Amino acid sequence: MTGPTLFALVAAALVGTGLYGFIVSPSPLRKILAFNVIGSGVFLMFGVIARRGAIAGIGGDPVPQALLITGIVVAFSATALAITVLLRLAEEAPTTTLEPAPPRGAPDATRTTS
Amino acid sequence: MIELFYAAPALLILALGVYATFARDAFAACAGYLAYGLLLTVAWVQLGGVDVALTEAAIGGGLTGVLLVRACAKLPAKDSGLRADGAGAPIRWLAALAAIGVSTALAYAVLALPVPAATLAPEALANLAATGVGNPITAVLLAYRAMDTMLEAIVLLLALIGIWSLAPDRAWGGRPGPGYEADPHGILAFIARVLPPIGLVVGIYIFWVGADQPGGKFQGATIVAAMWLLTMMAGLTDAPPVSRRLLRLLLVSGPLVFVAIGAYGAFAAGAFLGYPEGLAKPLIIVIEIALMPSLALTLALMLAGAPQRSAAT
Amino acid sequence: MTTPGGLLLPLCVLVPFVGAMAALAIGGRGAQRVAMATLAAGLAIALWNGVVFIGSGQAVVYVLGGWQPPLGIALRADGLSTSMLVAVAVVITGIGVYARADFSTPAGSSEARGPLVYWLLLLAVWGSLNLVLVSGDLFTLYVALELLTFAGVPLVCLDGKGETLRAALRYLVYALAGSVLYLLGAVLLYGLCGTLDIPLVAQRVHASPAAWMAIAMMTAGLLAKTALFPLHLWLPPAHAGAPPAASAVLSALVVKGSFFIVIRLWFDVAPTLPGLAAAQILAGLGAAAILFGSLVALRQQRLKLLIAYSTLAQIGYLFLMFPLAFDAASGAFVRGSALTAGMLQTIAHATAKAAMFMAAGLLYKAYGHDRIADLAGALRAAPLSVLAFVVGGVALMGVLPSGAYLAKKLLLDAAGASGQWWWEVVLQGGGFLTASYVVLVLAQVTRRGDAAAAPVRVPRTQEVAALALALCSFALALAAVYGPVSGDLLGNPLAPKELISTLMTVAVGCGVALLFARDVPPLIPAGNPLRAAMLAVGGAFERTDAALRQWAVAGLSLLVLAFLFGAAMRTHA
Repeated sequence: MTGPTLFALVAAALVGTGLYGFIVSPSPLRKILAFNVIGSGVFLMFGVIARRGAIAGIGGDPVPQALLITGIVVAFSATALAITVLLRLAEEAPTTTLEPAPPRGAPDATRTTS
Repeated sequence: MIELFYAAPALLILALGVYATFARDAFAACAGYLAYGLLLTVAWVQLGGVDVALTEAAIGGGLTGVLLVRACAKLPAKDSGLRADGAGAPIRWLAALAAIGVSTALAYAVLALPVPAATLAPEALANLAATGVGNPITAVLLAYRAMDTMLEAIVLLLALIGIWSLAPDRAWGGRPGPGYEADPHGILAFIARVLPPIGLVVGIYIFWVGADQPGGKFQGATIVAAMWLLTMMAGLTDAPPVSRRLLRLLLVSGPLVFVAIGAYGAFAAGAFLGYPEGLAKPLIIVIEIALMPSLALTLALMLAGAPQRSAAT
Repeated sequence: MTTPGGLLLPLCVLVPFVGAMAALAIGGRGAQRVAMATLAAGLAIALWNGVVFIGSGQAVVYVLGGWQPPLGIALRADGLSTSMLVAVAVVITGIGVYARADFSTPAGSSEARGPLVYWLLLLAVWGSLNLVLVSGDLFTLYVALELLTFAGVPLVCLDGKGETLRAALRYLVYALAGSVLYLLGAVLLYGLCGTLDIPLVAQRVHASPAAWMAIAMMTAGLLAKTALFPLHLWLPPAHAGAPPAASAVLSALVVKGSFFIVIRLWFDVAPTLPGLAAAQILAGLGAAAILFGSLVALRQQRLKLLIAYSTLAQIGYLFLMFPLAFDAASGAFVRGSALTAGMLQTIAHATAKAAMFMAAGLLYKAYGHDRIADLAGALRAAPLSVLAFVVGGVALMGVLPSGAYLAKKLLLDAAGASGQWWWEVVLQGGGFLTASYVVLVLAQVTRRGDAAAAPVRVPRTQEVAALALALCSFALALAAVYGPVSGDLLGNPLAPKELISTLMTVAVGCGVALLFARDVPPLIPAGNPLRAAMLAVGGAFERTDAALRQWAVAGLSLLVLAFLFGAAMRTHA
C-alpha cells in the first residue's frame, strides 16, 4: 500500500467520523467541529486525487490543489460565521440547543370562532 | 510495507480526528483540532502540495483552531438545555452504521478510481509560459480560474458582513470585540512587540514569492492578519470601528480592483479576466498587491468578531 | 466558444456584487440609493440577456479569460437559466420596492444596522443566485452555494432575537453539511473525469461506484439545502422568524438555488445515471412533503408559520416532475414538457410566495400580530394586502389562468402518457390541499371585525408591490404560451369544464380546512366525531413532523437518503 492510498483511507475514515459526530453531538460547537473534520477529510481526499495526477515536471495536479486552497478558505469563513452566530445565541438565549421546541397547545384544543 | 514516514502522520491524523470528535471536554476537542490541523500540514507536504500545506497551517489549523478555542472559552460551561447524553441509543447505533457505510463506500470508490489518473497537469504546465508566473498553482488561481479567486474574495467579504450583522443595534458602527488589556510587562505584551515586525516581513515575503514558488496572497495575508490580532489581544492596538469610511474602502478595494482589471481584460484581451499579450504577469501582480491588504483586514476582522462597543467609546 | 452577447453573463453575476461593495463603502442612506440603482441595472441586464437568447436561438456561452475548459471556466445560459434570470430579477426588484418602507435608515441617525445589512444581503443573494444559474463548472457552483447560504443566514436573524438566532444557526450548520456532501461528490467526479466543466463531465462520466456515490451524495446535500421532506427541520422557524421582506427572499428564491443545481445534475451532468427508481424516490419525498406540509400548515395559528409550511408543500410539488421527465427508451432524463412544467411551477411559486409573505408582513403591520384567528375585518382594513395574499394563493392552487395551472396540466399529461397514474392523484390532491389553507385564511379575514381592533394604515407602495408580484403568477401563463408551451393548453377560464374544476378545488379545499384546521367558524358542531377524528389525525402528522425535525433524526435521514439514491442508481445500471 502506498502513502497516498493510506491517506485516502484515512480521509474516508475522517469523513465517517465527522458525520457521526455531526449527527449525535448535542452541542452546536461540537457540530461545527465535526463539520470541520468532515471538510478536512474531503480535502484530504481531493489531495490524494491531486497526487495521483502528478506527472514528470510537477508533484501533483495543480488544479485540485488550487481548488483546495479556495475550499479551505471558504470552510474557514463558514466556521467564523457559525461561531459568531453561536456566541450571539449564547448571549441572547438561556440555552444553545438546536432542537426545535415541541408543538405547543393541547393536541386537539379547538376554538370555534364566532 | 508502508514507510513510517507516511504511516506515522496518517495514523496520528486519524487518531486526532477521532479524539476531536469524541472527546468529552469541549476545550480538549478544540485543542485536539488545532494539533490535527498542524499534522494535516505534514500530510499535505507529503502529498506534494506545499501551497496547500501553507494554507492549511495558516487558515485551516491556525485561524480555525483559534476560533474554536476562543468559542470554547466564551461559551458557558454548563448548558442545561443540551441533553447531557445526546441522542438516544437506537439513533446512535444507526448513525454509526450509516457513518461506517459512508466511509466504506468512499474508500471503495476512491480505490476504484481509474488508472491512469485523469489529470489537468499537462495542460496547466503547457500554458504556464503565457501567464508569466512560475508557480502553476498561482497560474490556476489567478489566470485559468481567476473567477473562482475573485468569488472567494467576495465570499470572505460576505462572511464579514454577516458577522457584523450580528452586532446588537446599540453597538452598530462601533469597535469589534471587547477591548483587550494585558499586563504591559507581561509576556503577551512582550511577544506582541517583538513578533509582529518579523511576522510582517515573513508574510510579505511569502506573498511576494508566491508567483514562482509555493506561497501566495492567502498565506501571506493570514500571517499579517495574525500579527495584527496579536497586537489587538495584547491591548497594544484596538480594532477600528466598523463605521470608519477608510476601513470599508480598504475592505472593498481588493475585490473591486480585481473586477476592474477583469473588465480591462474584456476590452484589451477580448475576454473578461483575460490578460493582454505580455501584460499577464504585471496585471497579476497588481491584483495580488491590491488583494493582500483587503484579505489581511478581512481575515483579522472576521476573528475580531461583531461590533460590541458602541461607536461613542 | 464565446457566443455574441456573452459578456452579459459575467455582468449578471458581478453587477449585484459590485453594487453591494459600493453600498458597503458608501454606507448610510447612500447605500439604499446604490441598491435601488443596482436593482434597475440588474433587471435591465437580465432582460437584455433574454433578448439575446431569444434572438440567437441557442445557449449563451462565455469563456472566462479566454481559457477554454477543461482548464478554464465557462459561463452558460440556456433556456432554463435565461428564464430563471429574468424571474429572479423581477422578484428581487419587487421585494426591493416593498422593502423600502421597512428598511429605510431612520431619520436622526446616519446609518442603522438593519437597513444597511438588508440591502447588502439582498444584493448578495441576487448575485449568488445569478452565479448558480449561469455557472458551467461544478466547483464554481459550490462557491455559489456557499455564497447563497452566507447571504441567506444573516437575513433570518436580522432582528437579533434569541429564537431567530437559533433558527439561523440551525439553518447554517445543516446547510453546511449539505455543502460538504456536495463538495465530496464534486471531488469524486474530478477523480473520475479530470475536469469539473459540466458538458465535459457529461461526456466522460459513466456508471461506476464512484459516480453513483458522487451523484447520490450531491443530491442528498442539495436536498438538505432545499429543505425537501424529511430534511426540512430548519425551514419553518427560519422563514417564519425573518422579517417579511427577508422571508420573501428566502422562500421565493434562496431555496430555488439548490433546487436548480439538482436539475443541472440530473439533466445535464449525468442524465443517464440516476434512473427511474431514484426519480420515484425523489417524487415520493415530494408527495410526502405536500401531505405533511399542507396538513401541518392547516394546524398553524400564526400566519407566517402557515405560509412557511406551505413553502414546504410547494417545494415538494417541484420534485414531482422528475419521474415524468424520464425517457424509458434512452434511460435518461430528457428536457421536455415535464421540465418546462417544473420551471413554470418554480417561477410561479417564487412570485406567489413572495407576494404571500409580503401580504402577511403588511397584515402584521396593520394589526400588530399575525394570529390567523384574530385577523377579522382585514378585508376591509387592508383590502389590497388581502387581495395580494388571495391572488398568490389562488395562483398556487392551479386555477386557470395561472402558471401553476399550466404546470399542473403539463405534468398531468406527462403522467398520463407514461402510465404513472399515481402521480396524477398526487397532483390533484396537491391542488386541493393548497386550496384548503388559502380558504382557511380567506374565511378568517372576511369575517366582520370589531371596531376596537383599530388597525394601522399600511403604505400603499408596499401593497401594490405585493399585488403586482402576485399577478405575475398569472401573467406567467400568458408569457409561457408565447414561448415553449402551446397556446391550446390555455383554455377559457369561464368555460364550464374549467369552472367546475375550479369550484371543485375550492369546495374540496373548504372541506379539508373544516376538518383539519384548529380554529374554524362554527359550521360543524363542536364534538362532531368526524372532525375530532380528523383533528387527531392532524395531530399525529404534526407530532411525526416534530419527531422528524429532531436534529439527530434529520442528520440520519440525510445519510439514509444518500444510500437510497445510491442503491436506486445501482439497480438502474
